[in-house]
Amino acid sequence: MCGNEALAEAAIIAGLDAYFGYPITPQNEVTAYMSKRMPEESRVFVQSESELAAINMVFGAAATGKRTMTSSSSPGISLMQEGISYLAGAELPAVVVNVMRGGPGLGNIGPSQADYFQATRGGGHGDYRTIVLSPATVQELADCMPLAFDLAEQYRMTVMVLADGFIGQMMEPVVFEKKPRRKLPAKDWALTGAEGRGQNIVRSLYLGEGVLEELNRRLQARYRLIEKNEVRCEQFMVEDADVVVIAYGFAARVVRSAVDIARREGIKAGWIRPITLWPFPSEQISKAADELRMFLVVELSCGQMVEDVKLAVAGKAPVLLFGRSGGSVPTVEQVLDNIKQLTARHRKSKVKSAK
Amino acid sequence: MSKVAKVFERTPTLKDVPTHYCPGCGHGIAHRLIAETIDELGIRGRTIGIAPVGCAVLAYDYLDIDMIEVAHGRAPAVATGMKRTNPDMIIFSYQGDGDLASIGAAEILHAAHRGEQITVIFINNAIYGMTGGQMAPTTLLGQVTTTTPDGRKALGQGYPLQVCELFALLPGTIYIERCALHTPAEVKKAKKAIKHAFELQVDAAPGMALVELLSQCPVGWRMSPADAVDWVENEMKKVFPLGRFKDTQSSGV
Repeated sequence: MCGNEALAEAAIIAGLDAYFGYPITPQNEVTAYMSKRMPEESRVFVQSESELAAINMVFGAAATGKRTMTSSSSPGISLMQEGISYLAGAELPAVVVNVMRGGPGLGNIGPSQADYFQATRGGGHGDYRTIVLSPATVQELADCMPLAFDLAEQYRMTVMVLADGFIGQMMEPVVFEKKPRRKLPAKDWALTGAEGRGQNIVRSLYLGEGVLEELNRRLQARYRLIEKNEVRCEQFMVEDADVVVIAYGFAARVVRSAVDIARREGIKAGWIRPITLWPFPSEQISKAADELRMFLVVELSCGQMVEDVKLAVAGKAPVLLFGRSGGSVPTVEQVLDNIKQLTARHRKSKVKSAK
Repeated sequence: MSKVAKVFERTPTLKDVPTHYCPGCGHGIAHRLIAETIDELGIRGRTIGIAPVGCAVLAYDYLDIDMIEVAHGRAPAVATGMKRTNPDMIIFSYQGDGDLASIGAAEILHAAHRGEQITVIFINNAIYGMTGGQMAPTTLLGQVTTTTPDGRKALGQGYPLQVCELFALLPGTIYIERCALHTPAEVKKAKKAIKHAFELQVDAAPGMALVELLSQCPVGWRMSPADAVDWVENEMKKVFPLGRFKDTQSSGV
């Protein structure tokens, strides 16, 4: 099964009530799959007239308490930013999948990780965050979906699943498991008709003095809680490493292969793979930077996550970037070469500090 | 038995609060007609209203029903998301001319085109009220606004957009009527039209019902409320003729 179909089926198993989407490559398999499977399950599928409409259909369904999602790729996600900001302001749960492609502009349909800033900084207007999950395999992409819905409903916010063209198109075996939902709060805010109760209002306009700041404080408190509780990352042989390579999504697979070869050649390399890009595993990276070692960030972009790594390392160690962009992908050899160069530099600096 | 009979009272769905609308504005009348309709049809417990961006953004402060506030122009998309997932609910959008006919033109067109079973109340006051009186897509030729200081010219600024005429052409719409709010007689007709547009949805009729209401904006038009009423009668009605453009579910039209 390809990644796009796997994420669609996983969402259906996770209890998706309604999918809204607009065609864009490289995620068209999601829309096609949903158009067939959702009606089979007597659930809602709508091909919208634009990504702008799709995210607002999600807004409407979410406001009535339904599990809902959309998917798109980079240019389409840009169009959705208005709606994602409104979802944040209105505190509505929703899942958005971005199968990233090369940019800027129309770019190309090659795999890319150049939407990292947009995904982790909010992307639209206003002080807000979205939880960002970044799967590295088709299985992990499928596993992300029930988690994304649970997180969205627990924290009443948008969860973005940030994949790339490779993960979306790649065929890998996948096992679907129906996991029990987290214990989720009741949706007493949902618009269900004011039968026997006062009206519910879903809004993001607050004109009274201090009222909007109060909302922002509440959101920020929630974000701090998420930073405390929801960081996910994976590490490999970091303890004794001279060089720690940091990469997520597809790039992490290339890094894994390069580090394996390096270890076989006696080079002390390790890796850290952030799974949540926001909240970012800053603590884990900061801890790794307490030892004298070097950091290499490998991205399918000209350098975006590297800024978060530098913030986490906080000047304690050198952080270098190896990025490929515009649909191009780093090879294992290139990453290995970078690891070797850094290892040599690290030896020199060790000798220096010993003197 | 008491000899005093109550012959008129505030309809319960209309909250007992003063509105923020300017003197002579049509929004208050439109809100009341919608509230009366909801109470007469007994659908308060299963109705969701969608407030626009514009003067009526605070409609939820006046209508005592579940309501949502949405991005400028996107109400028909939000309504689609609500209605498809809740087919038994009554979903209506309340949109101004900038919201529906300008920034949200794509959303309303495609919601109509898909035949979404929603009710649309379209307030046409030929101007952007909340932002201070700029040109709307429905601004009349020659009309002075803050962005057409020499009056709207067709060449370069376009013609007033006739929404009912346009939407009556779409097979996805089932009921299209234009009414006005400037005389008691027209208000009564508007009430009938609004009620019909809701009834169609209650009956699960297969398509969109849209009622356009010509509405006074004395402050935006820089007129007294009395002059604004005359302007609807003498100027607006010429460009936006009143009447039923389409009603596929009733016989004799």
